[in-house]
Amino acid sequence: MTTRTKPISGELLKLKDEIHQYAIDYGLDFYPVVFEVCDYDTINILAAQGGFPSRYPHWRFGMEYDQLSKNYAYGLQKIYEMVINTDPCYAYLLKANEFIDQKLVMAHVYGHADFFKNNLWFKSTNRAMMDVMANHGTKVRRYMEKYGQDRVETFIDSVLSLENLLDINVLFETPDVQRSRESKAQEFAKQFFHDDDDDGRSSHLKSFMRSKLFTPESNKPKMPLDEDVIERKRPSHVSPRDIMMYLIENAPLQDWQADILGILREEAYYFLPQRMTKIMNEGWASYWHSTILTKKALKSSEIIEFADKHSGVMAMSRQNINPYKIGIEMMRDIEYRWDTGRFGKEYNECTDMHERENWNRPTHQGREKIFEVRKTHNDVTFIDEFFTREFCQRMQLFTYKYNPRTSRFEIDSRDFQAIKAKLLMSLTNFGQPVIEVESGNFANRGELHLIHKHQGVDLDMGYASSTLRNIQKIWGRPVNLSTIQEEKEVTFVHDGKEFRPLKS
Amino acid sequence: MDHPIKRDHARFRNIVKGRVRDNLRDYISNGEMPLPKGDGKYKIPMPSIDTPRFKFGDQSQGGTGQGQGEQCDPVDGQEGEGEGEAGQGEAGEGEGNKELDVELSLDELASILGEELALPNIEPKGKKTMQSTTDRYTSVGTVGPDSLKHFKRSYKEALKRQVATGTYDAKNPTIIPIKADMRYRSSAQKVEFDNSAVVIYMMDVSGSMGDEQKEVVRTESFWINLWLKSQYKDIEIRYIIHDATAKEVDEETFFRTRESGGTLISSAFKLCKDIISEDYNPSEWNIYPFHFSDGDNWSTDDTKLCLDILDNDILPASNMFCYGQVESRYGSGQFYKDLIGHYKEDHEKVTLSKIKNKDAILDSIKEFLGKGK
Repeated sequence: MTTRTKPISGELLKLKDEIHQYAIDYGLDFYPVVFEVCDYDTINILAAQGGFPSRYPHWRFGMEYDQLSKNYAYGLQKIYEMVINTDPCYAYLLKANEFIDQKLVMAHVYGHADFFKNNLWFKSTNRAMMDVMANHGTKVRRYMEKYGQDRVETFIDSVLSLENLLDINVLFETPDVQRSRESKAQEFAKQFFHDDDDDGRSSHLKSFMRSKLFTPESNKPKMPLDEDVIERKRPSHVSPRDIMMYLIENAPLQDWQADILGILREEAYYFLPQRMTKIMNEGWASYWHSTILTKKALKSSEIIEFADKHSGVMAMSRQNINPYKIGIEMMRDIEYRWDTGRFGKEYNECTDMHERENWNRPTHQGREKIFEVRKTHNDVTFIDEFFTREFCQRMQLFTYKYNPRTSRFEIDSRDFQAIKAKLLMSLTNFGQPVIEVESGNFANRGELHLIHKHQGVDLDMGYASSTLRNIQKIWGRPVNLSTIQEEKEVTFVHDGKEFRPLKS
Repeated sequence: MDHPIKRDHARFRNIVKGRVRDNLRDYISNGEMPLPKGDGKYKIPMPSIDTPRFKFGDQSQGGTGQGQGEQCDPVDGQEGEGEGEAGQGEAGEGEGNKELDVELSLDELASILGEELALPNIEPKGKKTMQSTTDRYTSVGTVGPDSLKHFKRSYKEALKRQVATGTYDAKNPTIIPIKADMRYRSSAQKVEFDNSAVVIYMMDVSGSMGDEQKEVVRTESFWINLWLKSQYKDIEIRYIIHDATAKEVDEETFFRTRESGGTLISSAFKLCKDIISEDYNPSEWNIYPFHFSDGDNWSTDDTKLCLDILDNDILPASNMFCYGQVESRYGSGQFYKDLIGHYKEDHEKVTLSKIKNKDAILDSIKEFLGKGK
């Protein structure tokens, strides 16, 4: 990799020092940022691998790369910035970019870097992820050599079906909480298995050792069958939404399988905060590239070009919300409101439209407020608290839906509440359905029981069926899913051969 | 060493092509083949493998957008979001429509087709009788017209001369070329061997071939032409339609006509034989007869006659004879069975293919052209 990216030098280095100083002056706070330049192929590779130079071998990175390369080749899309949340922060600049692009990107990157360091949802992020990912790659490669590429890859494919079943609260597990959870699990293990293993190994590792006893192939008859049932019934220390962890602890996995499950879980949680703060993160970075460039870094000859690039990034479409645009506009709106005193009881309760419109109490707390917001919020709470009626109107937002009569998507409503509800709905639980483990001993038959916490939208049953099949492969026994379909409660089961509704 | 992602990429391509990991077959969407959309734009295939996950169904949910418009105005008028900056690299988000509409030249299109279907390049018949000379601008000379002036080389010469004569001033690096410095691109004559090919399409237009069947034939012949054109410098295309009698027609008629009546396939083969013997000397031309029908023939006697003509006249002259049987509600499909009974599966010069519907066109093209002949 080292040969593919180069540290910056010359005028870019000078530029970096300049932008860096502006960022510091504005009060941004970040881990050191390392900029490197690379060509488009390298940036496609990096983007395909989630920003990291080294990942485990898997076709999906190849697929991502295939698509990015085609997009680039046909001139439809190019990536010109990438930054990784590590310490130090790595950021990649596309070699072919113009100088003004690099300026914009650098300022943008410092915004991201500040957000990564200060937003609370990133608190528990492992900042040495570059090494961790590379180690994961080595491990998986070794497993592939030992157990065969197809076998390992098939297992990874199954696990990827679970990649979106995460519990956002795990992000707030401090090392203390983690330790106490692990020690509880250890005690439990001792209680049940009179564990004579030494304590030198982590409980994580032990949990595979235990689960190995239940592997169907393993011919260790020392575990009587009824204890198997106890194992599956035992109270879990794991959050019911942290399904990957639940499987690590409870599914009959071989060592390497449990290890891979752990690897993929760790990576999924690493990316989770970024999925939860897309709007804020991009908004914050855009706010800063725009502020730094227009107030400090731009030469007057560069203004037009900057405006052109900036508006390209900010363009909204009729089908999608552009997180860059919504984010930056909301940041600016908050700043404006807290500068002019448009907050608090008095303002909120003011019903005089005219007075509201011309409200101006020079409180000048705007900057301070947005720094606070970037620290404590995620996209859901951000929209929930700061997405106002005035803002919604100004942005000309609408909701749309499919009209089966004309078979096209049509504007449905410009009602503020409806728009906000739809936005929040699409962001809740990072836009994924909430699935919880209810029991590992469903109907006293050692079957897994998952519950979909229905929040108004049905699951796609075609996908659910294939997903259950993949979970079944991991769990080994039939897997059940309770959900609501067309306002009726239903339970489906996949036993590895077929998917069918469970008769109650 | 190449980046490891190239291995992931190769792996992905192999999975998509069905060479490895059969168990992923259900999740592969190949993306459409580049289909002409009329305005010079084509859809580029973007194969992808969709990992199953729990996700919300009911696509009619819609979403939120921005812009002007009243209730009930359609939202899909505009496309694209302009150039997007990719965020801090979260791969795999924003799935959905992965199709791309782009403008392509026919050459690019053919190369995509070749790559997607893994088509081998065609080995032309060994006789290189058609010669032609072309001028290739491969060298540089000191004389020539201004339009062929090689700026960079001329500049270099001038620079060399000025440095050598000491008139070069590093502080004021103005280079003034004189006549002797000028360099021009010049041509060298090259003899090239042309490979010419002729495609003879024959189609059954009896009552049982409906519009749907013709559409299949039309799409298929578009791709076949595209591929052959990319392989041969000159290509001629002849069209024959037949019911009980056969006649040669132009392209328009070929696809539009709807006749009715009985079917005597031999009539078309006879005409094909005549066309070949009149216009195309097999030692100079690469000849590709294609025949499309729904598989009905009037009588077994006629089928016998067809096989005779094929064996004695058409096959010896052609590179390859291709028969595509389009499934139709009325057709019996007997002709395919007769041919396969006579020539077996892997005859050197006969390729048979059944085309169920539009989706099967690609497979059938692959069968036709996959042999590289």
